[in-house]
Amino acid sequence: MSLKVQQESFRGGYTGKLLRVNLTSGATQVEPLDQQLARDYVGGRGLFSKILSDEVSPDVDPLSPDNKLIFGTGPLTATAAPTGARWVAVCKSPLTGTIGCANSGGYFGPELKFAGYDALIVEGKAKSPVYLWIKNEQVEIRPAEHVWGKSVHDTEDALKVETDSDAKVACIGPAGENLSRISAIMNDKHRAAGRCGVGAVMGSKNLKAVVARGSLPVRVADGVAFKEAVFAALAKIAAADATASMLPTYGTAGLVNVINAHGLFPTHNFQEGVFDHANDISGEAIREKVLVRNKGCFACSIACGRSSKVSDPEFRGHGEGPEYENSWGLGGTTGVSDLNAVTKANYLCNELGLDPISAGSTIACAMELNQRGLLPKEKLGDLDLTFGSAHGVVEAVKAIAYRQGLGDELAEGSYRFAEKYGHPELSISVKKQELAAYDPRGAKGMGLTYATSNRGACHLKSYTIAPEILGAPEPIDPLTEEGKAQWVKTMQDNVSTVDSTGMCLFITFAMTLEDVVPLLKAATGFDYTLEELVRIGERIWNLERIYNNKADFTRKDDSLPPRLTGEPMPAGAAKGQVVNLEKMLEEWYQLRGWDQEGNPTADKLAELGLAVG
Amino acid sequence: MQKVLAVFPEKCTACKLCELACSFTKTGEFNPIRSRIRISVLMEDHFYMPMVCMQCHNAPCQAICPTNCIDINRDTGHYFVNHERCIGCRMCIMACPFGVIEYGMEGDIEKCDHCEGSPECVRICPTGALEYREISTTATPTAASFAHKMLEAQKGVQVA
Repeated sequence: MSLKVQQESFRGGYTGKLLRVNLTSGATQVEPLDQQLARDYVGGRGLFSKILSDEVSPDVDPLSPDNKLIFGTGPLTATAAPTGARWVAVCKSPLTGTIGCANSGGYFGPELKFAGYDALIVEGKAKSPVYLWIKNEQVEIRPAEHVWGKSVHDTEDALKVETDSDAKVACIGPAGENLSRISAIMNDKHRAAGRCGVGAVMGSKNLKAVVARGSLPVRVADGVAFKEAVFAALAKIAAADATASMLPTYGTAGLVNVINAHGLFPTHNFQEGVFDHANDISGEAIREKVLVRNKGCFACSIACGRSSKVSDPEFRGHGEGPEYENSWGLGGTTGVSDLNAVTKANYLCNELGLDPISAGSTIACAMELNQRGLLPKEKLGDLDLTFGSAHGVVEAVKAIAYRQGLGDELAEGSYRFAEKYGHPELSISVKKQELAAYDPRGAKGMGLTYATSNRGACHLKSYTIAPEILGAPEPIDPLTEEGKAQWVKTMQDNVSTVDSTGMCLFITFAMTLEDVVPLLKAATGFDYTLEELVRIGERIWNLERIYNNKADFTRKDDSLPPRLTGEPMPAGAAKGQVVNLEKMLEEWYQLRGWDQEGNPTADKLAELGLAVG
Repeated sequence: MQKVLAVFPEKCTACKLCELACSFTKTGEFNPIRSRIRISVLMEDHFYMPMVCMQCHNAPCQAICPTNCIDINRDTGHYFVNHERCIGCRMCIMACPFGVIEYGMEGDIEKCDHCEGSPECVRICPTGALEYREISTTATPTAASFAHKMLEAQKGVQVA
């Protein structure tokens, strides 16, 4: 059972306030955050998934006014804890139908907290487009017709002019307005809460933007201990290769050549695992050709962000990226090797508010349907959906955001698209969300990771690439299923907690969950131990699972696309491999203390303090 | 020897850890609006400029102050605000050409005092965009970095 909170009021880490805005009635109110809940679920993904699951029935239509959208922070958000920039968007996902949670960096999350709130809970639906202007205790629902239809960049610029030039903005682009199930919520122009189609939920509420400006302090319980913990964390980040060298030098795309060399860089919609032109879209190429300089999120000492610029008149633009996943989504899996085009497509995803992983993968899926002659010519219109077509990708991104032509069908994501043409198996997705840039045939742990992620396919929930390919914290054989269930379970629980702190997952390249304990303890004043944080992670995982099970997800949904379990990898380091998922899955259910249908047992729920109901 | 806060904007990533360290040191809380150092972010131009009291030799803030409350710390040689004499008229804010003096929420003038010789912003800066250097050596890193550029430029060039 969870430990009881003794304090009468929050000592630090939290503002203790939740801002609730009902867009149907126009009512706004400030509510106290329950301290026991805060201790038991920390913040971010955990705390706000708990609040969502208490308030939003698993059977609601995600795009109806009954769904809610929570903008949540963690207890370390807006502190000097390294990478304490993160905020989460939590809602029921319109892409997957599962509980949805997407997190992002930049400056918006801290600003919401400096305005005095741990979270903003948005309910209902406005009659016409609106935006929220939050300046400390002053909260206004303002008309947004004048920015509806505008890009993320133009929206942010316009809203800063009419509010405060130092305000921070989270908004949707045309993709979210048009309810694309693969749309993102963007903040600070270039940072994305990208996955689960959270942008569409914001669009369904007629909410164009949340603009925040704050001047209130964020306190910690024990300043002396916190400062010590901050410098200890900074030292760890400065000492680890990934955070001190690879990420700052090459960004996340420093992985392109590494993953490709190991034969699991998904190419041509996962038909192959080696992309001959990977180097052209690698972190090294980005550094040489488009990088202007590194960009950090708030409180981040890593600064993996790429401020970049494309001078090629065909694809001219500037912004941030591409990240590893985007370089792959808009490049490798679509077969495009023109870095300028990939970077441009990435800018467009940011400006129009699309998830580049799902958008790229959906385009690649359409390209394969086309390759196999499964798409009627008249459906294609002007779109060149052939593998390797740089213009095809750039134009398809626009078509998806504006739902033009075939883009209208692609905006539903690859699963619904491929199903419409009779070939759902060509959608490389789990629970209808697209896989990321690691073919699990070359790193078996990722197969179980994708199959079991509570928000549909996601590489982040248990990033077994670290041990399987990067050798951290210790090298393990990527091509065996043996022992992977335990790795996945442990990582899932740990990541669930890290996702709830307000820190970025990238700290885990340098820090263990044990290293996070002193930061959380000193910030919140809660007497956390490593054991309690691990237990919290497991509690969060089970909470999400219970929600999904109530939304009718069962063992059959913990699956992989048949290509990955049935078609041997044709070439490269993983040649001949398939994922033997069932073996890992059975073991994983056992380790989780669940039955073989994927239901948490009563004993497990009791152990985690999760009421059955 | 007197030290100065040397700023190298080309190394800044706009992470604002300096603002957090400063506000925490000066107020015990995290609140960038109370920080004596601010990062001016020119997002469109990818340019991030740490702005902090430059400790001007002929300081306009000191010259304009009607109560002589901009004092010099004799140990470090740095200007600081003597709050006992400050009347909160804000003339120093107007006089400062860099906009790095602020009027605090508690009615005090807030200005960098180099943490009495051990600036926390410098300590936390992860990229070396802020350094605390002895006066007359502030430009040394810039000169050294130019020397490296020159070396690069001359590589492969045959000199007759």
